[in-house]
Amino acid sequence: MTVTTKRRPSPRAALSGIALALLCLLWLLPTVGLLVSSFRTADDVRSTGWWTVLPHRDWRTVATIEPGKDIDRNGIMEFAGVSGTFEELRAGLVAADGRRVIWLGNRRLGTVQVQELQWKSNLSLTVSNYENVLTGKQYEITNERGVTETLRGDDLSNAFLNSLAVTLPSVLLPLVVGAFAAYGFAWVRFPGRTALFALVVTLLVVPLQISLVPVLSDYVRIDLNGTYLAVWLAHAGFGLPLAIYLLYNYIASLPRELLEAAMVDGASHLTIFWRIVVPLSGPILASYAIFQFLWVWNDYLVALIFIGSQPNVQVLTMRLAEIVGSRGNDWHLLTAGAFVSMILPFAIFFALQRHFVRGLTAGSVKS
Amino acid sequence: MALGLAALLIWQGFIFLRDTDLPRLLVALLAIGGSGVLMTLVYVATDAVLHALPPAWTRRLQPLPFVLPGMVMVGYFVALPMVRTFIASLFSRDGSVFVGLANYVTLFTEPFMLVTFRNNLLWLIFGAGLTVAFGLLIAALADRSRHEKLVKSVIFMPMAISLVGAGIIWKFIYAVKDTSEPQIGLLNAIVVAFGGEPEAWIQLIQPWNNLFLIVIVVWLQTGYAMVLFSAAIKSVPSDLLEAARIDGASEARIFFSIVVPHIRPTLIAVTATVVIFTLKIFDIVLVMTGGQFGTDVIATQFYNQYFVNRNAGLGSAIAIVLLAAVVPVIVYNLRHFSRSEPL
Repeated sequence: MTVTTKRRPSPRAALSGIALALLCLLWLLPTVGLLVSSFRTADDVRSTGWWTVLPHRDWRTVATIEPGKDIDRNGIMEFAGVSGTFEELRAGLVAADGRRVIWLGNRRLGTVQVQELQWKSNLSLTVSNYENVLTGKQYEITNERGVTETLRGDDLSNAFLNSLAVTLPSVLLPLVVGAFAAYGFAWVRFPGRTALFALVVTLLVVPLQISLVPVLSDYVRIDLNGTYLAVWLAHAGFGLPLAIYLLYNYIASLPRELLEAAMVDGASHLTIFWRIVVPLSGPILASYAIFQFLWVWNDYLVALIFIGSQPNVQVLTMRLAEIVGSRGNDWHLLTAGAFVSMILPFAIFFALQRHFVRGLTAGSVKS
Repeated sequence: MALGLAALLIWQGFIFLRDTDLPRLLVALLAIGGSGVLMTLVYVATDAVLHALPPAWTRRLQPLPFVLPGMVMVGYFVALPMVRTFIASLFSRDGSVFVGLANYVTLFTEPFMLVTFRNNLLWLIFGAGLTVAFGLLIAALADRSRHEKLVKSVIFMPMAISLVGAGIIWKFIYAVKDTSEPQIGLLNAIVVAFGGEPEAWIQLIQPWNNLFLIVIVVWLQTGYAMVLFSAAIKSVPSDLLEAARIDGASEARIFFSIVVPHIRPTLIAVTATVVIFTLKIFDIVLVMTGGQFGTDVIATQFYNQYFVNRNAGLGSAIAIVLLAAVVPVIVYNLRHFSRSEPL
């Protein structure tokens, strides 16, 4: 006998559909705004919202009137069939025919504009923000008052390579060392195994701030601070508890018969590890690698502490944070720069989402 | 002999990587290749040494080559620092004078620290709370949607963005311009469109400006909570749900009386993870406000005290407070581990 599922009443389904759609919109908008802005010209980004690239009705000036010297600016004035005080005109007065009369500028020198509502969209897109932020070349922008400024971009392509140089070894190192340790815990019996593994579990959630003070003082003492080696080792050390824990859970669940058969054949642990365990652990190794990659690539604190202030060795997150601090209103650079820093994580994320999700699920405290 | 070679290689490799001026990507690749070769060499060497020993010792020391390198690194980078940082927290700013608990007294009495703790409390209540709530809501809604995969990808996507990047994204949303100009920040544009006055949200009336920073992290990590909740919700036996529906239970009732109790372990694990993440929040605050306008949190205060004010004692004490805050989770993990592990 089959149980027939009662169909949910459709109003509720519709309601939850709408709620989901709204939530998705809410979650997407911030990133979309960033992406759209990064392709707009510097002037546009500064003067209008990114959503104005969409078709919208906006006032467009059709005529400009010079008020003339002899008009009484403190009384009622009349322009294009509309009359009002300076304050009213400043806010804009709409005439019977739908036109708007608005005073722009100050009381003494301003002009009066007659405007009509028209459909328009500020759709002039460019890739020059990316050029400027990647190459650090000089560029000019002209603002709405007609003043031209010469600005310098930023050398993010260099920072991108730095990020890559920091991230790759920082991922591989804990992966290899962690896999060895996980195998040791899972398949080699030795006294003190439980206690040592309990230590790993304890250290899973220790905040890395704990480590920064002593490790930095050691680094300074052996003249290691500011090198990439320092950052690689630190990331590897901080990432290892999770690596060992995650890989252990997987490796310990491999079929016992498989490993015992090899052992009976006289294979050493090292052979079993490389020939059997590593090939079978592909999925979890991938999960951890993605996890650690995103962590290191997006890290700011560890880089800030161990890399230091030399701009040419800084990673993307550091450069971006520095632009926020020094040129926080250059949104054309910031939006493009932020997107440069996201390209690689997004690519990996969308290509390997399945592995990433598995890693997250396996890494959550419950086993 | 192989062991000696490995030691020499480590030492020379260390010197080389520390002092080299070669292009960094080349060095990175060298390090990757070198570390692979080196590790294999270390293992082969120790293995050879082990097999030269009497069989009893071979068996006893067998795990060494596997476990030792990892445990040495974990020990040096995570375990030992707990002790060293605690000791440092009992000393003066340059570590020369023993001051006992004076740093902790400062920590819990100085007004700027009390603001910091208040902010962390806000982060915990609203940041962790909203993340778990939204994660649960979206997981439950998406579970019955035809577009489940799409919805999950959208909500999950911010997980790939760095906190610095997210800071930029949201700083742009909160951007404020003079009333005479069009607003370029989405939030102020909406406010103005509804006839309001534009505000500088993240500088606004304290302490509520913190909420505008907290929203960013909710946006960022709801995807994590949702993915785990979603997997847990799918594991609720469907006959249980069917039975409840046949009995005429409302959807809300089913959710709170059947689904939530069933996913309780996941609920606890996710809450713990989110709480820890929220507790350590640093990048967002540094990028958005630099800790100004009453937005400092424990982690930024740690950075300020240790790296800006050069007060190693107080900085260490703050780190220890951060550690103390996660102790309940450590205890929970250990309990769980000792129960589940048949080692």
